[in-house]
Parts: sequence; structure tokens; C-alpha cells
Amino acid sequence: MDYVKLINCMRCGMCLPNCPTYKETFLETASPRGRVALVRKLQEGELEQSERLLEYLSLCLDCQACASACPCGVNAGELVAEFTCERKSDTGLNFMEDLVLRKLVPHPDRLETSMVPMRMYQKTGLQKLVRTLGVLKMFPKPLERMEGLLPTLPSRPLRQEISEVTPAVGTERGTVGFFLGCVMSLIFSDASRATIQLLSSLGYRVITPRNQVCCGAPNMLGGDLDGLKEAAYTNVSIFDGYELDYIVTDCGGCGAELKKYGHHIEGDKAASFSAKVRDISQLLALHTEELTAQLKPLPMKVTYHDPCHIAHCQGIRKEPRDLLKLVPGLEYQELESADACCGSAGTYNINRPEMSDRILKRKLDTVRDSGAQILVTSNPGCLLQLKKGLADHLPHVKIMHLTEILARSIAG
Amino acid sequence: MNQAFINELQTIVGKEYTLSDRESLAVYGYDSTPELESLPGVVLLPGSSEEVARIMRLCYGAGVTVTPRGSGTNLSGGSLSVGGVVVQTSRLNRILEVDEENLTATVETGVITSALHREVESRGLFYPPDPGSMNISTMGGNVAENSGGLRGLKYGVTANYVMGLETILADGETLHTGGKVVKDVAGYSLNPLLVSSEGTLGFFTSITVKLIPKPQAKITMLAHFPAMSDAALAVSAIIAAKVIPATLEFLDKVTIKCVEDYAHVGLPLDVDAVLLIEVDGHPVVIAEEAAAVADICKKHRCSFFQTAQNAAEALKLTEARRTALSALARMKPTTILEDATVPRSCIAAMLKVIQDSARKHNVTIGTFGHAGDGNLHPTCLTDERDKDEIKRAHAAFAEIFDAAIAMGGTITGEHGVGLAKKKYLPKLVGESGIRVMRGIKQAFDPKGILNPGKIF
Repeated sequence: MDYVKLINCMRCGMCLPNCPTYKETFLETASPRGRVALVRKLQEGELEQSERLLEYLSLCLDCQACASACPCGVNAGELVAEFTCERKSDTGLNFMEDLVLRKLVPHPDRLETSMVPMRMYQKTGLQKLVRTLGVLKMFPKPLERMEGLLPTLPSRPLRQEISEVTPAVGTERGTVGFFLGCVMSLIFSDASRATIQLLSSLGYRVITPRNQVCCGAPNMLGGDLDGLKEAAYTNVSIFDGYELDYIVTDCGGCGAELKKYGHHIEGDKAASFSAKVRDISQLLALHTEELTAQLKPLPMKVTYHDPCHIAHCQGIRKEPRDLLKLVPGLEYQELESADACCGSAGTYNINRPEMSDRILKRKLDTVRDSGAQILVTSNPGCLLQLKKGLADHLPHVKIMHLTEILARSIAG
Repeated sequence: MNQAFINELQTIVGKEYTLSDRESLAVYGYDSTPELESLPGVVLLPGSSEEVARIMRLCYGAGVTVTPRGSGTNLSGGSLSVGGVVVQTSRLNRILEVDEENLTATVETGVITSALHREVESRGLFYPPDPGSMNISTMGGNVAENSGGLRGLKYGVTANYVMGLETILADGETLHTGGKVVKDVAGYSLNPLLVSSEGTLGFFTSITVKLIPKPQAKITMLAHFPAMSDAALAVSAIIAAKVIPATLEFLDKVTIKCVEDYAHVGLPLDVDAVLLIEVDGHPVVIAEEAAAVADICKKHRCSFFQTAQNAAEALKLTEARRTALSALARMKPTTILEDATVPRSCIAAMLKVIQDSARKHNVTIGTFGHAGDGNLHPTCLTDERDKDEIKRAHAAFAEIFDAAIAMGGTITGEHGVGLAKKKYLPKLVGESGIRVMRGIKQAFDPKGILNPGKIF
């Protein structure tokens, strides 16, 4: 790790009020400033790599709200992630990590097959039975959490259904490659279908390569930098096979990772791939006039939650709001601390349930105060976490992906 | 620190709020002051003033030192402890009362300064002190350091607003000073003594501050100056013209670049200095004041004068200014910041001293600060690994302090003496000054357990 990045932190504390775990605990060890100091002291030999130190670092959500707040350009979240990667490259992946990150995640077909039992489980009514009987209490906690988070699955993943080329409606203005996120395809296929339709209705020919693989974000999260690089090479070479104006994704997490391919792997192709990547909101915001012509009234009170991977990692805040405000009749209500993490953070809500719930509660309180009927966001992790949270605590509030609500307004 | 004693402390605040593992102690070994670090013996986060009093009694009996800490944004090493008890105030964060009839607010010591701003402003009231770190800093810390801020020129500093304090003394007894009365001449005025005592006289648990009506309107302006000296002369001219802006901030070229790199608010990169000026009050009056300010800036060869068009634009500019210190760390990893303060008429002369010292000692100094208060923040951009450069930086600052004292100024306007400026204090206050201060310390804290080693 680059030592200068660590000593660049001048400990002003500007990050403290932005950090979800500091806000919950007031502990310096749970703050970005403290995490940078822990890693630094470890490098300087003042601290050893103790269980406790790793435990403190693992409380970081890597939401990168600290990076948005840091005037001197330190990214504590990224530094902790980098530290985890370096540690893993020394220790190697354990059996489960290897199984998930190497044998499952990089293979869309295996990932899809792995979901079949879950779908059966829901379809046959077994889920209802299991939930009624409370059988899951007999299994390890993480399993129960995972089961609880899972919404009703689509009958087939979108990747298996969508045709590789979706033609433009009307005059073609360009071609975009669509990067289909794993969770979007497996669970939120309706939203991604809406995304493709929106793009096509705006005059884009949409290419969704069937053989694309997971963006590699789970690898990065698990400290598997090599796995991430492999995913990057594969995707760059697949999309390089098409003449594309943009590469679009409707998954905040994928977008943030794809934009960093140029940084993670060598070569012009990766850099040009990353330069073409746009979050769907960025591309839609280029066509507000055409969209306005299509949007029909939607008289609802709506608020927007900024996914960390969109606001903090990609710096996109204005576009999603501008798009929502285009919808006639829609009453937009800004959410307090809209860019504070919802506690999902990859697998954090499964690994750190207690802290995740506290952070989620704060978010739900602000949603309640907003008085909104619809909560809009645009990242599958947030969708999963908030869907469950709303169902449990604010059942009258519905959640939608940004493209779903726009598509609904167009449908009228 | 011995485990038996830690266990006793733990019975007061609970296990969750008693930190004594190596890792925790290591990250409580610093605050925002560069170059200073020391390991405390234990860190406690009490949840009530009763708990603070019990901690104090226990420590008094055992002769163990206690150092109060808010959010750790101190800039003079004031929240560091060598092997003692650090008491973090973050959990004491309730706003106890806003009294709209008496125009006062009473808060617990760990309330974040900007949280108080939000609360009182929602009721049309105003608590003016706004230190650069107001989104992080605690009220207790502000009182202990007598923090200033961007609005100091017109509204003064924390001391001007403290009306009452509840302080836990070294032996654990509670001292109440002042209150909600506007006039009070009963005995010595202890509030001013406790304000800026840097945690060496007592531990504040609750604070009553004066509020004023929120100004009806404000106008925020930015003036670009190709020559730094013209900006400095404009500052003196504005005050001489009997216009008192709420804010009159100076940023030099180095600072402008760093702030713009982070905040992207459209600061000019091709000028030597900018002045950020805010006038507030009655709309008719401030329109006149703004016109006068614009006129003076133009007479002093400002190359461009802009007025924020709306509240959002104004807020962007002032928030950007608040990042100045941290943003300077973009250039070099270590930023040594000072806050020598001179009579405001000497601001141009002081800027020249800073420039000359930087050149003489071959160091890069970025300067920003509360020009209208004569309170500049020359900040040396350096790298702690370059021992020679650090030495030169300190040599430059020693000269700057000497010059400030010679001009009738002071070595610290708002950051406190703490550890960092201890050696310069005798030069400023003389032997008699130190003797009186020691006498006061002795009266409050005969065993010397409260934040030892700070100030003198």
C-alpha cells in the first residue's frame, strides 16, 4: 500500500459526521480517521495485525461517504478495502471465499442455476411454510438473514430472456452496450427490462452481450483483486467486440467498478471501456426533452435515496433528481441525509446484522419523515435492503428503481 | 494504567464505553494537531454529568489525570493525554433547552456546534460563533478553546456568548457560574476565566449561551485581487469605512488552488488573493453596505467582484472556505497551521512578514483566515518525513510569532496554547502573566490532575 496515501490524512475529522458507523458509536476506531490511523500504525509497526484490529476495520461499510467529505482527497473506505486485498493476497482465499468468488460469481450460468432451488422454494410454497414455522431459527443467523432479504424472484433471469440486440425505436441515434448486473438480472429483472426499453425508446440500439460476466465487485469486496482483474479482462474483451457509443448500467455497484477497470488493468482497451461507462441516469439526463414528451402524469409523493456507489463513488447526485422532477404531477421530496448509506453495503447486512440494522433504522426514519409514498433508488443492494426494511416497518411505502418509475410514467 | 483502576472506572460508565485495548488507545493518541501524539491510559465515554462527576472523584482520589476530549479537532494538542484518562464527551449531546423568552440555549457539552445552529435557526434565533470545524466540533470544546469562526468580525467569539456554565471541578464537586441573567456582578466573573481554560480548570457538563435574533438577510460576495497587498489594504479600508461585515475572509493563491481542487465552486486560479465578504442584517442596510464594500474593493484594484445570486451559492462559497485547512493537505501530507493574530490595522504588514519568513526559510506557506479580525492562518505545507524542512518551518513560525507580539498581537487567536504553543507563551505574557495563571490553576486544581502539561 502506498504509504503517502496514509499520511495524507491530516486528522481534521471532516469525515466524522459523514461516517455511518461513527454516527452510531462515536468511537474513533469506528471512524474513517481512526481506520486510516489503524492501517498506518500497522504499517509503521506500532500495532500488530490482531484479531481486534481486523474486527475494527471490518466495521467499515466502504460506503465512501468519508471520501466525499475529505478536502484533502483521502479515501478511507478504499484504503481499508485495499488493505483487505493485500492481506488476502498473503493469506489466500479460504474455502468458502474461493467457492463463491472463483467458482460461482464469475460464471453467470452457475449463478443462475444456484438460484433455481430458491425459486422452487418460493414457487412451491415452501418459503411460506418455512417462514410460518420459523424453521430458519434452527440454521445459522446469516442464512436466516439472507432468506429474509430475498424478494419474490422473477420466473427467469433477464440474461436468459433478453435478446442480444434490442433495436432503436424510430431514428437510431447510437448504440449502447448494456451491462447487466448479476443481481439486477437475477432478482430485479423488471427494472433492467425497463432500462433497456427506455434506452430503445430514446433511439438507442441496445446490445446486451450474453457472455458478459459479473463486474468483479464481489471479488473486490472479498479482497480478491486477482478475481476482479480476471472479470475486468473478460468484460473488456467482450464489449470490445462491438462498436459502442456508451456502456450503460442500471446498477450503481457495477457502474462504480466498471469505471475503475482502466485503473485496475493495463491497456488502452480497458481505459476506453471505462471512459464509455455511464450510469443510466447520466445517459437519460442527456435526453430530457425527448423524455418529457413521453412522460405521463404520476401524481405521487416521491423521494430518492442516493446509493453510495452512485453518489460517493461516481459523484452522481443531480441527474436522478432532475429525472424524477421531469415526471408531471410527481411531487418530489428531498430525503434528509439522502446520501447516507442504507446499511446494505454488499454482504455487510448479512455479516454485520446488528450495525446494519441500526444504519437502516436511521434511513427508514428519514423516509418516514419525508412523507413519501414511493422511495426511488438505483442500486440492487439498496433495493434489497430497503425493500425488506420498508416491508417490516413502513409497509405503505413502496420502493422502485429509477427506471421503473420512469417506465411507469411513460406507460401512463 | 493498572487494570484494577480501569475496572473501577468501568463500573461507572459501563464496559462498552471503557476503552483500554491497544488499538483504541492508539487512535485516541492524536487530535488534529500535526506532529503530536501520545498514548492515553484509558478512554471513557460517559453518558451523564453524574458519571463525569464520579469519574472525577475517583481520579482525584487516585491522583490520576483527566483530559476532556470532544471530537478531537483540537489544533494545539489540547486533547492529548500521556497515560491518563481521556473523557470523550460525544454522548453528552442533548440540547437541553432553547429559552425564547430569555434568548438563551442550554446544551450538554458534547453537542455539535452546527446542531445548535440548526435548532435555534429553525426558531428564528441565531448563535453566531461558527468555527471552521463547526460541523464536527463540540460546544464544550468551543468553550474550552474560546473558538472564533468566520463571523467573529461582527459578532465576536464564543466567550461573548457564554452566560452560564456547569463545571465539574477536579475533586468531583459541581460549580455553577452565571446563568440566564444579563447582569451579574456577584463576586469574581468566573465564566470568562473558565472560557479558554483548555480543560485545565474543570470539566464543563452544561453550557448556557446567549442567542440573538437571526439576521433577516445576508449578501455574500467574492472579490478577486491580482495583488495580495491590495486585498490586505482593502480589508483595512472596509473597516475604516465603518462597515462591519459578518465575515471578511482572506485566501491566498495556494489556498485558492487547493480549495478549488476539492470544492469546485469556481474560485479564480489566476489571482493572488480573494476576499470572501458577507454582510448581514436589515435588507436595506446591507444593500448599502454591500455597495460600499464593492466600491472599496474596486478602488483597491480588485479585478473581479461577484455577488452570490442565491442562498445555495452563498453557502457553497462559505462551506468551501471551511475546507481550506484540510484542502491545503492536498499539496503536502503535513500541514502546520498557526493562528497568530494582530491588530486588524496591521494585516498587510503581517502578510508581508509571513511571505518574507517563508522565503527566508525556504518553505511553502499558504495563508488564509479571518482577515477582518487580524487573525490569519499561515499554514506551512510540509512533509513530516523531511526533518530539515520541519525544522525550517518551525524557525519561520518562531519569527512570525515574534513579529505578531511586536505588533501588539498574540501567538494564538482561537486555537489555544495547548502543547503546541507553550514555549511561546512566556514571551507574550511575561513572568507575571505566568505567575498569575499558575496561581489560578493552583486554586482550581491543587493536585494538577486536569489536562496536565497544557498552556504552561
